Amino acid sequence: MNTVRQLDRVVIRFAGDSGDGMQLTGDRFTAETAKLGNDLSTLPNYPAEIRAPAGTLPGVSSFQIHFADSDILTPGDHPEVLIAMNPAALKANLRDLKPGGTIVVNTDEFTKRNLTKVGYDANPLEDDSLEDYQVHPVPLASLTIAALAEFEVSKKDAERSKNMFALGLVSWMYSRPTEATEAFLRGKFKNKPAIAEANIAALKAGWNYGETTEAFPVRFEIPPAKLAAGTYRNVTGNVALAWGITASGVATGLPVFLGAYPITPASDILHELSKHKRFGVTTVQAEDEIAAVGATLGASWGGALGVTTSSGPGIALKSETISLAVSLELPLIVVDVQRAGPSTGMPTKTEQADLVMAMFGRHGEAPIAILAPQSPSDCFDIMLEAARMATRYRTPVMVLSDGYIANGAEPWKLPDMADLPDLSVEFATEMNAVDAKGEQIFLPFQRDPETLARPWAVPGTPGLQHRIGGIEKADGTGDISYDPVNHDHMVRTRAAKIAGIDVPDLEVDDPNGDARVLVLGWGSTWGPIGAAVRALREKGVSIARAHLRYLNPMPHNTAAVLAKYDKVVVPEMNLGQLTMLLRANFPGNDVVGYNKVRGLPFTSNELQEALEEVIKNG
Amino acid sequence: MADVKLDAPTLKAKDFKSSQEVRWCPGCGDYAILAAVQSFLPELGLEREKIAFISGIGCSSRFPYYLNTYGMHSIHGRAPAIATGLAVSRPDLSVWVVTGDGDALSIGGNHLIHALRRNVNLKILLFNNRIYGLTKGQYSPTSEPGKLTKSSPVGSVDAPFNPLSLALGSEATFVARTLDSDRAHLQEVLRAAAEHEGSAFVEIYQNCPIFNDNAFETLKNPDTRDMALIRLQDGEPIRFGDRVVVQSGYGLEVKDAADVDESDVVVHKADVDDPAYAFALSRLSGTELDHTPIGVFRNVKRPTYDEGVRRQVDEAAAGVDRKEALDRLLHSGDTWTVL
Repeated sequence: MNTVRQLDRVVIRFAGDSGDGMQLTGDRFTAETAKLGNDLSTLPNYPAEIRAPAGTLPGVSSFQIHFADSDILTPGDHPEVLIAMNPAALKANLRDLKPGGTIVVNTDEFTKRNLTKVGYDANPLEDDSLEDYQVHPVPLASLTIAALAEFEVSKKDAERSKNMFALGLVSWMYSRPTEATEAFLRGKFKNKPAIAEANIAALKAGWNYGETTEAFPVRFEIPPAKLAAGTYRNVTGNVALAWGITASGVATGLPVFLGAYPITPASDILHELSKHKRFGVTTVQAEDEIAAVGATLGASWGGALGVTTSSGPGIALKSETISLAVSLELPLIVVDVQRAGPSTGMPTKTEQADLVMAMFGRHGEAPIAILAPQSPSDCFDIMLEAARMATRYRTPVMVLSDGYIANGAEPWKLPDMADLPDLSVEFATEMNAVDAKGEQIFLPFQRDPETLARPWAVPGTPGLQHRIGGIEKADGTGDISYDPVNHDHMVRTRAAKIAGIDVPDLEVDDPNGDARVLVLGWGSTWGPIGAAVRALREKGVSIARAHLRYLNPMPHNTAAVLAKYDKVVVPEMNLGQLTMLLRANFPGNDVVGYNKVRGLPFTSNELQEALEEVIKNG
Repeated sequence: MADVKLDAPTLKAKDFKSSQEVRWCPGCGDYAILAAVQSFLPELGLEREKIAFISGIGCSSRFPYYLNTYGMHSIHGRAPAIATGLAVSRPDLSVWVVTGDGDALSIGGNHLIHALRRNVNLKILLFNNRIYGLTKGQYSPTSEPGKLTKSSPVGSVDAPFNPLSLALGSEATFVARTLDSDRAHLQEVLRAAAEHEGSAFVEIYQNCPIFNDNAFETLKNPDTRDMALIRLQDGEPIRFGDRVVVQSGYGLEVKDAADVDESDVVVHKADVDDPAYAFALSRLSGTELDHTPIGVFRNVKRPTYDEGVRRQVDEAAAGVDRKEALDRLLHSGDTWTVL
């Protein structure tokens, strides 16, 4: 008889060959866990190669999930449980596993050839190299093949179901319901019912293996988290971002136009939005990144909510067109799902090194608004903010997501449609000035005194025909102008327009009010910083934290917030880009960076140590 | 746009003149093209606000500033991409692209070929003067080999594009060529382009009096033009001067009429589905201009990209309450409720 033990949290990593279906296995385990009401956070990690050579270290794909009975902020620093589908997965992930952790290992793959392929001289399952861990050797493949002997599927297809066997076993170990996965498999293989039933049988066989063998004496339960009341779903950043774009169309009342060229890790936004034509969303897969932003700008000119999505290398190509949009003063939303660079870099790995490009990576004085979501679900809200700024101020807005947010998932308390902001837009329809002869005229660059935005007069509007272009324009008339004074005025006016964008104040979390050190982050470091700060406070350390979602303009109280603390620590997955901006814009503060560029999110542990060090050494 | 009707004009050429002073060099072929376009536009039968001209960078790209329509002077080479976005999202507009040999064929080559293969509802006017004018006289992708310019002081070693061959290779459904100096012909070609559903590609030979003067003199000079200029007329045998065009091998060839049986003279048909015919026509002359057809080379029907895109969206979006649908989308799949 198995005993059941209660846990408050656990971190599990599924690891296998990139053909082993680990991402799917992790996704399904996540869905089961979400359904149970645990709080959770996930970290998929996979190679850029679609199928790296089987059984090799570069071919290892993994999916980590942290779930708990209370709210959590990160996918966990170190897994307590590792599911290793082959020797490569064991070797690549063992160093991350907590001492004393549990390893479920697929012994079928531990052949001499596979061991040699990854540099094991001896079988680690047969020597004492794993004695610090609780190892469960399970012949996953052969058990799956045996379980499916009665099914009309090939041996190859049966073997491919071993990930579902593993999922069934781990679902049993952690008391996860599998009904939703069964329904999912029936849907996924609806044209291949034999395959669907084989996968479901493998899933059940895995569950029953845990239940009936004595290999696993303990199973665990993690009670639901006490989250705020509401309806929840699990969501990744890219999906939340795509839905935020869709919602922005609804909120503005404008048709959405997405121009995009496929690029990792942003392509899923294009995939998701191309499914949502019923919202009046048009997606154009352009011939290149430049055409993607060009078509988007053309659609914006015509009165659509224009959005283009890409990653660093693509954003670099779009730079000239973004500058044109600055000059034309038209709305344009540009999403940069950052990845490790420069150049191709590490396309599936995360980084925050495009901040300075977003700020300054254009020719001329070309300021734009910049926003950064702090978590997967925040991508939804940030897109509504991007739509508000772009349409209200007629400006490009760049949204800096990253690979960690894009592919990571978390529970999301679904917003009430009644709370969807009203972002309705008024196009210009009337003449807005009188000329010297007393005749009504239209001035395309006559500005709203409050926002400094110019009228958005879309082609097709009777009587308001006008010409716009990249050549400097006379303020007001929009006529070509090489007047030095006008150019200086226009450069300053475009800068003032961005600087004057209405953004909410920076909120500081400083519960004791006596902290001397402020930790200030932006973007996806929100979770790890929060977990580190929480751990420090549990140890009695006073520390304040704040997080910038608005990077340009920064909240208008930023200077006052920084001035309140002796030291400001800025953790970033770059070499200090926000640190540099803060030092330049708010001199006189002691701003120090904590910087790592490994293509991986910070662990809360390393941040905790780094922050403690700063506090200790003053 | 899908439904341009060449109705009886109610506007006049002067209605299409903007308040901006035209600033091309004296004698530039662009003046003649502008005048021809301004006096043609009333024929579209559209209100001025329904027409949008988008250009890139170059001398020709100043064009939109001088028309009292909606206009955008954009960036180098990108006008077809920008115009694609506008044409897809605004079926009520007639969208025109004005570009040059450098803008369309050098820096913007990719956007041109993709607009043509997609068959977006755009009218693309390529002013080909075979030189970079705005940057003061470097060779262009249509300059003749050996050309002496500021950037090729001992002669260009670049092999040129044949713009019409390129357009045909890009699956263009409408391909034509005309001359800046022949207003009647230019307007006839514009009319056919405007009537075409899909991308219409029009190459206009345009003289640059400053950096490449008389580049098309062979086609304009009364002493040479009759032996060089081939005026294509749909349904008519192709003859010019005392010469005719006949089939030869895989292509076409020019022969003395006297040596050819009347029945062997090729009869021009722009609606021939196989682009090989129009391609062969485009190969009758290269940069040397010795046998240069003008007129409509190819004019065939193919579904347009923008209508295809819109149909998918319109069908999916018909009758949808978007707010309610958004709520359903957010709640789709696995959700759970915390009390």
